[in-house]
Amino acid sequence: MGQAVAFWIMAVVIVGAALAVVFLRNVFRAALLLILCFIGVAGIYITLSADFLAAVQILVYVGAISVLIILAIMMTRGIQKGSPANKLRIPAVIVAAALLGILIYAVTTSPWNVSSQPPLTDTTGPLATQLFSENGYILPVLTGATLLLVAILGAIVITRENKENKK
Amino acid sequence: MEPISAGALDIIQPTYWPGNYWWHWLFYTVVVIVFMLVMVIGAIYFERRAMGKMQTRLGPNRTGPFGLLQPIADAVKVLLKENIVPGVADKIVHFLAPVIAFTPVLLIFTVIPFQNGAMLADLNIGILFIVAVSSIATVGVFMAGWGSGNKYSLLGAMRNVAAVVSYEIPMVLAILGVVMVTGSLSMNDIVNAQNIPNILVQPLGFLLFFTAACAEINRSPFDLMEADSELTAGFHTEYSGMRFAMFYLVEYAEAIAMSAVISTLFLSGWRGPWLPPWLWLIIKTFFVFFLMIWVRTIMPRVRIDQLMGLAWKFLFPLAVINLFATAIEVLAWPDASQWIFVGVNIVLAGALVFLGSRLFKTGLGRVEV
Repeated sequence: MGQAVAFWIMAVVIVGAALAVVFLRNVFRAALLLILCFIGVAGIYITLSADFLAAVQILVYVGAISVLIILAIMMTRGIQKGSPANKLRIPAVIVAAALLGILIYAVTTSPWNVSSQPPLTDTTGPLATQLFSENGYILPVLTGATLLLVAILGAIVITRENKENKK
Repeated sequence: MEPISAGALDIIQPTYWPGNYWWHWLFYTVVVIVFMLVMVIGAIYFERRAMGKMQTRLGPNRTGPFGLLQPIADAVKVLLKENIVPGVADKIVHFLAPVIAFTPVLLIFTVIPFQNGAMLADLNIGILFIVAVSSIATVGVFMAGWGSGNKYSLLGAMRNVAAVVSYEIPMVLAILGVVMVTGSLSMNDIVNAQNIPNILVQPLGFLLFFTAACAEINRSPFDLMEADSELTAGFHTEYSGMRFAMFYLVEYAEAIAMSAVISTLFLSGWRGPWLPPWLWLIIKTFFVFFLMIWVRTIMPRVRIDQLMGLAWKFLFPLAVINLFATAIEVLAWPDASQWIFVGVNIVLAGALVFLGSRLFKTGLGRVEV
């Protein structure tokens, strides 16, 4: 009962915030509502007994990614005018509609197997074992980390070169 | 349902006390809010008096005995002041910013144990919860900086972003050392595992965490985001009356929260002889807060490039080395006495800090961008 109420409250918050992110003209407010959306998703994780994942969701998405988005917005001029229109409006509508169609198709047709086992009470240990043990996902984790590092280094190299060219 | 009396604190019936879920929730919510407000009032008085002594002046001593009523008088004054909202402000964002900055700080106190199991929520991910929740407070600072429509506010907020993003890393790495030694993320288990206070087992971790925490909560000498001489008052320049009071409250509540977290992680929290556990926690919290005041009084404010340099060139490598050393100790000699590691780690910390301070230059008075 309590969980159902919590789920519906958070579902409404998430969907409402996500819609507002798309429709608001003011990019800064949109970014703030994106944060609300992320926090709602963390709430859903908590009702699913994934407490570690919820904390990481807030730490990574609210504490890091949203902060970077807001920093980028703060360095941009003319935020209140919203995004100016350009010629890509029609292709964007087509791509978005196609993506929505694929997502709806995938969600409605895939069989959602619910595990009959009770959820783990302490998820941190098992999660670590799954991610970092020999038979776990150590290779994808390390590959992902390396890719991110390469991307960061690439960004630094690109911006440094531009700076030197100007001088 | 048992009535809640003052003597009930002595009953050791940890997690379930008092009564059922809702009574527990109600009781500790009230405890947390009252604890925070009283501690903040105490901290403001303590800081002003202690700084007065350190700077050979008196500090507030007119209102009430020894000036004890000064924080209350200030609170009443600031609450009765007119609330001014700038015409160009983003009204909703400006209105919500203090609330969003305040809530996470209050949430930190929910996982700090006052006694064995005496806390609002004994989460298995306690310390991670604190790190996650305190990162939300930054959003409140942005909202204040942006919503005010003032360039000084915006500059203050942007400096805050840079500082928080940089100092989060050494802070979390220092926490990881503690977590590896104690083997748990739960604040209660971390305290229970500290037969030797972690400040001895993890001396470098303590120094790193203390520095990073000071920077994270904008304590001087890292108070660049509200540097009076450059940015009037930083992100809360355009706040007045009750909203300003909330930011002021957040500032001290954050300092108290971080002091309580440091006492729990490194000074063995509520554990101690003779005195009741909650009193030990308060004493240790005030001790750490006193260290913060001390640092604030004796250090000049750093520049923005020095701030970044300190985080990335000094704290970050030291935190990584500390993490490696701790991991090797925990994995290679799991059964060895902790006292051996105490000696080894103190020597290691001294050597690393010495080497780091030799290799790291803060720009030598020139601005290096």
